Amino acid sequence: MTRIAERFADLRRRGEKGLIAYLAAGDPSLETTRKLVHTLAEAGVDMVELGLPFSDPLADGPVIQAASQRALAAGANTDNVLELVATLRADGLQIPLLIMTYYNLVLRPGVGNFCRRAAEAGVDGLILPDVPMEEGDEIQAATREAGLDLIQFVAPTSPPDRIRRAAELARGFIYAVSSTGVTGVRDALPPKMTATVEAVKAVTDTPVAVGFGISRPEQVRQVTAVADAAIVGSAFVRHCGDDLPEHVLIERVRILAEELKAGTRPSLLGMG
Amino acid sequence: MSNAVPDALGHYGPFGGRYVPETLMAACIELEEAYRRYKDDPEFLEELTYYRKQYVGRPTPLYFAERLTEYGGGAKIYLKREDLNHTGAHKINNALGQALLARRMGKKRIIAETGAGQHGVAAATVAALFGMECDVHMGEVDVARQELNVFRMRLLGARVIPTRSGSRTLKDATNEAIRDWVTNVETTHYVIGSAVGPHPYPMIVRDFQAVIGFETMSQIQEAEGRLPDAIVACVGGGSNAIGIFHPFVPFESVRLVGTEAGGMGLTSGKHGATMTGGGEVGVFHGAKTYLLQDAYGQVLEAHSISAGLDYPGVGPEHCYLRDTGRAEYVAVTDEEALQGMQLLSRTEGIIPALESSHAVYHGVRMAAEMEPDQIVIINLSGRGDKDMAEVARILGGEGA
Repeated sequence: MTRIAERFADLRRRGEKGLIAYLAAGDPSLETTRKLVHTLAEAGVDMVELGLPFSDPLADGPVIQAASQRALAAGANTDNVLELVATLRADGLQIPLLIMTYYNLVLRPGVGNFCRRAAEAGVDGLILPDVPMEEGDEIQAATREAGLDLIQFVAPTSPPDRIRRAAELARGFIYAVSSTGVTGVRDALPPKMTATVEAVKAVTDTPVAVGFGISRPEQVRQVTAVADAAIVGSAFVRHCGDDLPEHVLIERVRILAEELKAGTRPSLLGMG
Repeated sequence: MSNAVPDALGHYGPFGGRYVPETLMAACIELEEAYRRYKDDPEFLEELTYYRKQYVGRPTPLYFAERLTEYGGGAKIYLKREDLNHTGAHKINNALGQALLARRMGKKRIIAETGAGQHGVAAATVAALFGMECDVHMGEVDVARQELNVFRMRLLGARVIPTRSGSRTLKDATNEAIRDWVTNVETTHYVIGSAVGPHPYPMIVRDFQAVIGFETMSQIQEAEGRLPDAIVACVGGGSNAIGIFHPFVPFESVRLVGTEAGGMGLTSGKHGATMTGGGEVGVFHGAKTYLLQDAYGQVLEAHSISAGLDYPGVGPEHCYLRDTGRAEYVAVTDEEALQGMQLLSRTEGIIPALESSHAVYHGVRMAAEMEPDQIVIINLSGRGDKDMAEVARILGGEGA
């Protein structure tokens, strides 16, 4: 069983849902990202997605675009982000780590090469928003060989046959996009989100995580009422652009993570 | 005639395809189905033909450039006058076709990306013509340097949205247009401006631009009773080139030559020569293509004197034509393009766009080395009015 699958199995046993946090690796620095990942794990976050910054992140909204640009300007690249992962594992970090990036960064060094190096560093899964299943044969094979989970996407616009095919290919979890659009904080999640999750649940036992637009504990609660996990990115990342002293940034991220994680646990008062 | 490429999933050999977020897959498929339904539909074709003739002003002339031919001293040079289209460039061919398609698909809003503003103006024009809402994404840097086209778009009723991310030029405007599309996919059609992007765009843009090639073929037959020996066209994304090349691809005796933006020279690192200046295979804006990128796969900023060629990727079908050897590509520098512009202006009284000037320069060079009974056709993709302020700045008063 992969680290991701184990984590979901643990959550199920505890009667809890998952919280997955996203950080742009290297924003504001790789060393700060290292501390933030440990902070997230201590705060109860179940998995971390590390964004490997790309020059043209077309699935991302303004917050993560800006973070990617800051990280690139600060010198983040494929080599040192994978080194960061190896360092985190050497530090004893136990939770699953995923790399979220765009296909060109995987293609350039060679798909097999990238996957092997990522797995060796201690990465558990890959999230590539610009590789739909039609173009996924090569990355499917390479991730399987390396022992990485390749995360499949479903969207509110996915028809039933695509949802079924995504479920067949899925490993780790299925990434359900809450609403049409790019990553970023939204005031409200569309009602269709529930229907999308239910459509996936109807055809597979693979856990479903919902992302895009989630920033507040009540949204986490709303999402995890139907899904197995909530993914929060921009709400964390926006703090990284505030030019805060490192200890203040770490504290803010810790508080946000704890608040959001509380939304994944059954309420003590039996509410929610 | 059946086309060898693309295949059912939009591949041109190893290039092309559909590398987009899942949210857009249904829209790409919907667009492809709509296109396949209407492309041979007599009513759709009748409508397209009507607007091409009555509104755009097609067919455009295939003009024998006698003085330019004399100057070259070799092959006869013909110019395909896409500069005479309504709005001044070939861009309208595609914008018109896509707007008609969008209308049949029930989309009330169109969006576009633009570099120099030519495609933005074409999109704004057809939106006005058909009463559609139109938003144009344009890099903040380009908004500043193409003031006149920004004003034209606004006058036509479009909204120009400056892109503030990344290098704030065409590639970022394209990212922003894709983000807009992914957000508003149910109501909005994205009128992509070149033969790039996810399938079916490179095919649709090629087919709407192929009117250039089909007209050229019958016009040269009428004028000379035979096919040309070579066709030269500039390549940024490559829509005017693929449009004029397309019908000639099966005729191996016709050399197909694309001129990329050599910028300040291929060794300067400041160019837009994706295929001739060291681009490597990558995935960009939804397709697998040659791409200017660094060792990690980060996309590099292109440079060209002509905003329309200032793009780090290139259409997937050009990559395929290059790798199969059917077409050849060369780089023409900023300075050579300026010479091409001056030459055509003075010999024929035609001021070409800076983009087209790249093709003019190389076309004349080629003609000079050919025999007088041979024929070169240069695709004059647009007129130079838009570039006058920029060129005046570079050449100073003496350039005129």
